[in-house]
Amino acid sequence: METLELKQQADTKSKARSISGSEAVLEAFLEEGVDTIFGYPGGAIMPIYDALYDYNEKLKHILVRHEQGAIHAAQGYARASGDVGVVFATSGPGATNLVTGLADAMIDSTPVVCITGQVFAHLLGTDAFQETDVINITTPVTKWNFQVTDATEIPSVLAKAFYIARSGRPGPVLIDITKNAQLQQFNYEGYKKCEHIRSYRPKPIVRKEYIAEAAKLINAAEKPFVIFGQGIILGNAEKEFKNFIEKSGIPAAWTIMGMSALPTDHPLGVGMLGMHGNYGPNVLTNECDVLIAVGMRFDDRVTGRLDKYAKQAKVVHLDIDPAEIDKNVKATVPVWGDCKETLPLLTELIEQKVYPSWIQRFKEFQQKEEDKVIKDELNPSTDILTMGEVIKELNALTKGDAIIVTDVGQHQMVTCRYAKFNHSRSNITSGGLGTMGFALPAAIGAAYGDPKRKTVAVIGDGGFQMTLQELGTIMQFKPDVKILILNNQFLGMVRQWQQLFHEKRYSFVDITSPDFVQVAKGFGIPGKSITKREDLVSSLKEMLDHKGSFLLEVMVGKENNVFPMVPQGRGVAEIVLSREEV
Amino acid sequence: MLKQEYTITVYTENQIGLLNRIAIIFSRRKINVESLNTSPSEVDSVHRFTIVINETEDVVRKLCRQIEKQVEVLKAYYNTNEEIVWQELALYKVPTDIIAAEVKVERLLREHGAKAVVIRKDYTVFEVAGHREETDNLIKVLEPFGLIEFVRSARVAIIKDSDGFHEKLKEFEYREPGENAAENEYLNENEKVFSM
Repeated sequence: METLELKQQADTKSKARSISGSEAVLEAFLEEGVDTIFGYPGGAIMPIYDALYDYNEKLKHILVRHEQGAIHAAQGYARASGDVGVVFATSGPGATNLVTGLADAMIDSTPVVCITGQVFAHLLGTDAFQETDVINITTPVTKWNFQVTDATEIPSVLAKAFYIARSGRPGPVLIDITKNAQLQQFNYEGYKKCEHIRSYRPKPIVRKEYIAEAAKLINAAEKPFVIFGQGIILGNAEKEFKNFIEKSGIPAAWTIMGMSALPTDHPLGVGMLGMHGNYGPNVLTNECDVLIAVGMRFDDRVTGRLDKYAKQAKVVHLDIDPAEIDKNVKATVPVWGDCKETLPLLTELIEQKVYPSWIQRFKEFQQKEEDKVIKDELNPSTDILTMGEVIKELNALTKGDAIIVTDVGQHQMVTCRYAKFNHSRSNITSGGLGTMGFALPAAIGAAYGDPKRKTVAVIGDGGFQMTLQELGTIMQFKPDVKILILNNQFLGMVRQWQQLFHEKRYSFVDITSPDFVQVAKGFGIPGKSITKREDLVSSLKEMLDHKGSFLLEVMVGKENNVFPMVPQGRGVAEIVLSREEV
Repeated sequence: MLKQEYTITVYTENQIGLLNRIAIIFSRRKINVESLNTSPSEVDSVHRFTIVINETEDVVRKLCRQIEKQVEVLKAYYNTNEEIVWQELALYKVPTDIIAAEVKVERLLREHGAKAVVIRKDYTVFEVAGHREETDNLIKVLEPFGLIEFVRSARVAIIKDSDGFHEKLKEFEYREPGENAAENEYLNENEKVFSM
């Protein structure tokens, strides 16, 4: 025993070498399988960038044009690939520019690790140049954050950071490293991945009695309804979910974040939930007898008025985060656990069934929506182009195989309503936070996260102007991003609300735009702008076939509205199909 | 559901910044913290927060889940006043000459269980440990006699029905906690309902 211990000691000693804190950060990245970093240098993170100079061949660094772009790109990377997105930013303004992206990643459970530089430890609290209290600013919008002031902490803190970001319900982590710790040489004894933190349990042991109770409810149901969210994608449980609904025969609707977890043309897929979701899934939420919620959190955009939400139904709620269970909707049977584990257990206990007359109900509502909304949106009778028909033609060309990244607003709702997806991790959008300006940088990240698939960013004229400086990133690093701007010359969603609920008092929604094609040209990106239907298909084809990035602007109807709509403050069953019904 | 006083007991790692993480869970929801105390616990290296708020049980349960979600939090419990033994410590500074002159004051102090901590020529400091009403009462009593200063500590509380944290911590330290680990608290065996 003694000799073995001595030998082990000698081994660690021989492995130990002196490296800087900065090198330790990059070594940790390599150990965690990071290949791409999105970042922007500055004073307080210079030692890390100096070390990066020598890691150029192992780690790709994408120099963005604004730190917000870095974190949205990291989010896009994470959402497309399933790996952790990684960000570098400097102290002070560099770090504060990350806040929007952190909040977005927090509410949409996206695994991201941000490294921010910080002033020397002896200057903390002195109002030094570019010093800001990043840890306290980011506390509400991170799953975990930590300030490192000593280089010896770096390997273990980074191991914790990656473990926390990707395990359980994923989320953003920020590590703030003072400049002295980045410079400090220390005795590096290798990297050990974190697998356990005693105060943190990413997921529980599944309790089978709940599975049994849930199965009993489901087996006895006459009108069961499944609603699913991003939990399935985050848990890599797409196959388990498909098996579950196919055996149970239960119709299933997705939240905006759950979209693409199930192919959109699956016979049991009945559409999207929520404020601009489909007619049937919303109305029939208030008719089903058992509501089975999988990996979703009953956001107010999904539930409408809570006291009018599924009151008649027994609720089975599968979620990995116990804080979500009973938070908004009381669960009859809570199934706390990772759906990758709970779904197969549940599938085993449920009976193979079909619900033809219940599914017929969804079809009836689908037909009504088809007649009153979809027909005109996809095949308009006027010359004016609609957003829906652009997406319809895009579907025909991508065949549902592309990654579609959307910004926020009308174009987002229309895209999510009509886009077709065959593969999971295809729909990347800012769901919970509703961050305008998300799409362009997130699409850059998605293009690196899954370069084998085509990435199309669908963006409105307003949102595009929030982060269009990232065209510079595309110019320099040449990720293949197709940019499709649906330009209605308005901040369309706010305009729609002002029209419907504020007596058409259009207050600052009339937004002018530059010549987007000229702007793109300035960044060396070819582009085209169209207004006519006869140019639509050929232009979309030109964009998709172009080798490299391309910008296509489509001028669409100025005052079109997105319907159906559950007006704010009303129940899901009070969803309306037209302006007249509001 | 009615609002009432709840005492939240949180076992945590000793980590800079955790106080802020816990405090903002309340401030974000615009909930006033009546009292907050941090101290060591029965377990070496584990810290214990004692937080008092006035809320409905539904809100308190949700708050506890949000607190437990924090990476460095081991466990959060909430209890009504019936379920705990609690004390607050109050200090009173009074002019010594008045106490010396007025026999009545001396009697009052004794009635309220006050103990002299410091006696100087110019002033005397008394302490009382007890519930809020008790320490409040003495303020009213002493005010007419020239109460110079008053301060009260946060509440500290012991949960009557608790075996402490030693055994629980052992479970937490395992990578795969046993069947009887902490999540069993989510199950009310009798009613077969999920509760915390």
